[in-house]
Amino acid sequence: MTQTRRAFLQTGIGLGVGLSALGKLGLSAAVAQESGDLTIAYNVNLPSWDPTTGPSAVNPTIQGIYQSVFDQFILQKPDLTFDAGLLTEWGWNEDKTQVFMVVREGVTWHDGSPFSAEDVVFSLERAAKPETGSPMQFVWSKIGNFTIEGNRITGDVIEYDPTIFKWMSFLTGYVLPKAYYEEVGPEGFEAAPIGTGPYKVDRFERNAYLRLVANPDYWGGAPAFETVTIKFVTDAASRVAEVESGNSLVTLEIPYEEYDRLVEKEGLTGEAHPVSDIGMIFLNDIDVMLDKNVRLAAHHAIDKQLIIDRLLRGYGVPLATLETPEYAAYDPSITFEHDPEKAKELLAASGYSTDNPVRFTIQTTRGFKPKDYEMIQAIVGMWRKVGIEAEIEVYEIAKHYELRAADQLAPAAFYNWGNSVGDPTTSTGFAMFGPSPHSVWDSEDLVAKIAPLWAEQDEEKRIQGWKDVSRYIAEECYVIPLLQYVQPIVHDAGISVVPHASGALLPALMTPA
Amino acid sequence: MLLKTLLARLASMVITLFGVAVVVFVIIRVAPGDPIAMMLPPGASDADVERLRALYGLDRSMPEQFLIWLGGVLQGDFGTSISLRQPVAGLVLGRLPATLELSALALVIALVLGGFLAIFGARHRATPLEAGVDLTNGAALSVPDFLWGLVLILLFGVLWPVLEISGRVSPRLDLPFATQFYLVESILRLRFDLTADLLSHMIMPALALALPLAAIIAQLLKQSLKEVLNLDYVTLARVRGYSELRVILREGLRNAALPTLTLVGVQFTFLIGGTVIVERLFSYEGLGNMAIDAVINRDLPLIQGIVLLFAVIFILVNLAVDLTYSLLNPRLRHG
Repeated sequence: MTQTRRAFLQTGIGLGVGLSALGKLGLSAAVAQESGDLTIAYNVNLPSWDPTTGPSAVNPTIQGIYQSVFDQFILQKPDLTFDAGLLTEWGWNEDKTQVFMVVREGVTWHDGSPFSAEDVVFSLERAAKPETGSPMQFVWSKIGNFTIEGNRITGDVIEYDPTIFKWMSFLTGYVLPKAYYEEVGPEGFEAAPIGTGPYKVDRFERNAYLRLVANPDYWGGAPAFETVTIKFVTDAASRVAEVESGNSLVTLEIPYEEYDRLVEKEGLTGEAHPVSDIGMIFLNDIDVMLDKNVRLAAHHAIDKQLIIDRLLRGYGVPLATLETPEYAAYDPSITFEHDPEKAKELLAASGYSTDNPVRFTIQTTRGFKPKDYEMIQAIVGMWRKVGIEAEIEVYEIAKHYELRAADQLAPAAFYNWGNSVGDPTTSTGFAMFGPSPHSVWDSEDLVAKIAPLWAEQDEEKRIQGWKDVSRYIAEECYVIPLLQYVQPIVHDAGISVVPHASGALLPALMTPA
Repeated sequence: MLLKTLLARLASMVITLFGVAVVVFVIIRVAPGDPIAMMLPPGASDADVERLRALYGLDRSMPEQFLIWLGGVLQGDFGTSISLRQPVAGLVLGRLPATLELSALALVIALVLGGFLAIFGARHRATPLEAGVDLTNGAALSVPDFLWGLVLILLFGVLWPVLEISGRVSPRLDLPFATQFYLVESILRLRFDLTADLLSHMIMPALALALPLAAIIAQLLKQSLKEVLNLDYVTLARVRGYSELRVILREGLRNAALPTLTLVGVQFTFLIGGTVIVERLFSYEGLGNMAIDAVINRDLPLIQGIVLLFAVIFILVNLAVDLTYSLLNPRLRHG
């Protein structure tokens, strides 16, 4: 009996100590929140601190982290319009043979050294060198031979690109510190990166977290939060738990069901706004897709609004072209009706019916984008009702890239396309121009319509030209645009979050509510 | 005899690793997904593709690539990660301690939990309590580790938030560590505040990994114990007046533990494999988490490095188990 009581007491004491320790651990997390540290559960890892090379340089989701530490040449506002950043003025000369850039004065790097026009030229020239591994080298090599006079830079146009300044607020368009980079080298920069951005890197544990401290000397004004901790939480369920438990105050890219549930909870609220990312079905100019009736029927049969309402809980904007309302070449007059009867008529004209369906394969990812596979399942169901029998083939996103680059996609393939600068060249252009490795529709008629637009110098004519191309693509149905995605952001009600239409989650745009 | 066995095993280890290297090298190149296609920005031309392919040495034939890589490996150079742009050897060795600590903690939890359940079940054999142990084992075994992870997150991360959901250590802490073995070093430096913080991050992923293994240990050890407890020498111990618990712990456990030890060795390698998903779920900065990123980015050199390291771990663990078994089993030790 004595032995049993002793055992019982020992167990009780052990449990008490254990629970006490656990309670303390829980408390420590809460204390951290009260200390003013803004903690964000981010959905991707940060592989590298060089924003101009490697796969991370072209990963749109990572740009929000880069933009917290580095400045881009030109600032892009949350509505995708452009504003003075490190460059306060920019443009071409009259005959578009030269570019000019005026550099902001009074800016300092995170180490206190002054920022200058030399840093801008260094960054442009470095990004244009093939040996740096810059995937965007082909963009930056279109200007060169820079000369500096005070804070004004002049350069030659080697190949005219009307979007060159838009690229300056897009992928790889970051200004790096010349003197510091040359002093510490790539490895040293990777270990201790500095920029001119609103936050300085305090500590970085790869795959775990990034701790930032406010840059009090930021040219745009010191950010509201003194410290920001970005936890890399790649699993959506864990991000939900992070914000629900209060361990993180902000998170993004969670299932819409969870978004709706969390924003109803006391102390939490959210933002759900359309971003520059669309869902679409690539059509390859092979097999049955060479039949215009089949293409048009496939498009008319899809009820995009129903898909958005039922699968995405209303979070999405149906599209008729690859241009969203925020993009420069969006034309609201281009529409495409959901009309299953018309789809049947078109198929009948080509000899197909529900009894004799047209057959092809549609490829899709599963889980790469919200409800991607389910969307394709729903579309295949809609197609079946009009006389299209499509077989679904699931593949990984890496396989999609490989097949697309080799022009070997199936007749239909689901994909998403981002375009955070909002220019038609980086959406309709690269997605639909035959010679581009991103395009799978290679018909000569479309190539002939797009080709002159790449170098069009009259901006008004250029944008109108792209609108005309979009209309032509819709009429011929060379691609099936589906919807514009909405980005869910859940955050503590005590914080105000300004969503950016590019999809970048920027701590500098967060303030106490 | 033991030395001869050891040398033979080390020789076979080299051959096995070479085989693994060849298979992995070929498979990840044949498998769908081109790392260059993954990093193609809008507007890239075929010439840009070729330029990047040449930059990463992917324009050469597969045998040529393999020989270059193998030559580097023999000199300790495992290549440079495409996505992280750092030497692979440094990256994987830097992450290894985190995974080893997590796996070791999971193993300890599994042994304690499994051992307790086995002894409890054996002590109360042929009673409803044993059936309860079997039921617990069945539940622990039938749920995969990642699902346990989600359940634990819900319980101890959300409903009763006493443990950290993600990461390895709290970002607010400054770590004075000289090595990547944070847990070990925090104990050795008597920094128990850091030990507590580390454990608050590690308990849930370790428990998720441990539960299925604990169930296997419990089931096998209980069965072995029940068999041993019917042997004559155990009956003799009972006749001497020893309590049943003492009989189990002092007389039965040593003999019953041998088959369990072999199983634990094999299962431990599976447990390390399981860290891939569990580390991802808990955003734990170990090898497994890195492996998933490497696969997503089709980072060929990094995948090769991680798989080769996992292979080394598997071989070493199996070797250690065999040696321990030889030491514990007198028939093998002398035979």
